[in-house]
Amino acid sequence: MTPEELLYAYAIAREGALRPETLENLTGVAGEPVRAVPHLGLAALVGRVPAAEFDEGALAEGMEDLSRLERVARGHQRVVEELSAALRCVLPMRLATVYRDETGVRRMLAAGRMDFGAALDRLDGRVEWGVKVYALMEPSEPSGASGVDGPSGACGSDAGAKPSGREYLRRRGAARRARGEGVRDIHGALAGLAERARVYPPQNSRLSGASGRNVLNAAYLVRRERGGDFTSVVGELAEAGPRSGLRVELTGPWAPYSFVREDGDG
Amino acid sequence: MDRRPSSVGGLPERRPGSGEPANLADILERVLDKGVVIAGDIRIELLDIELLTIRLRLVVASVERAKEMGIDWWEHDPALSSRARGNRLEAGEGSPGDT
Repeated sequence: MTPEELLYAYAIAREGALRPETLENLTGVAGEPVRAVPHLGLAALVGRVPAAEFDEGALAEGMEDLSRLERVARGHQRVVEELSAALRCVLPMRLATVYRDETGVRRMLAAGRMDFGAALDRLDGRVEWGVKVYALMEPSEPSGASGVDGPSGACGSDAGAKPSGREYLRRRGAARRARGEGVRDIHGALAGLAERARVYPPQNSRLSGASGRNVLNAAYLVRRERGGDFTSVVGELAEAGPRSGLRVELTGPWAPYSFVREDGDG
Repeated sequence: MDRRPSSVGGLPERRPGSGEPANLADILERVLDKGVVIAGDIRIELLDIELLTIRLRLVVASVERAKEMGIDWWEHDPALSSRARGNRLEAGEGSPGDT
């Protein structure tokens, strides 16, 4: 450890869960090898990073630079994801949790060991799945003979006819109600399969690059062995979605980011 | 273990960590203020991240449209209603909770 280096912490796991091969070929946000700092039965997974990029000033600037933030965020997520795939449970650290040396890392493990142990027990063998639901494009104002310019489904069934303004509004309202119910049904079905659920604010397509309007953005904590059940139900909901004007998108499995805090949804 | 199904319902599945780039918004909403939130030795200005997430949320959350659609679960999300959660832990307190 030189004064020019700092320790970037990615995650916490049980020391006993680590195998010699767990960290092989795993590189971190600065291309550095990831290694374990064990203490009191726990281990922090860390990497040596240049102080020039990760000290106070550099981080403060870096967080304001979306392209640098993106690089660090993706690097961090990649390490957490690989650890999560290799181990039954890891607790991901928040982005950019940085220590001066191993003493600082061990102090952190000692101070938090009760809470970390409890969270590792609670989340053992669980992963997080992300499900986002998008409203398909609403029918636009009909123009001339082209009819309703929308997706096939409840609204586009009689394209070609020019509905009155009142009829148009009536259909629009009905479609909106159908979507609202559809979204509630989807969330209800998935929450029923999950141990816990957490709903995030909707995403804007400018950041996510997704088409359609995001109307549900949720995370579900699911036992690994039930992952197949969960994803096949998501698949069924995704197939049925367009009938209610909805598109369903699945991400994951993620490390249980959203469920590390026990009171995360209360 | 069926952790990495290749596709679901014919949809392209985004799999973080398995090659396909995940949506940046999905990653940021997790790594910025979820997981173990404790202060490291390096006291980065959490305020910067907080401002950033608020700024992202202004972009991300389409409040009126969601309300219009009767979708408002996320309004009860504590991450929105109490932004300061978890950011006030002192170094060494080391709690993955934030009480």
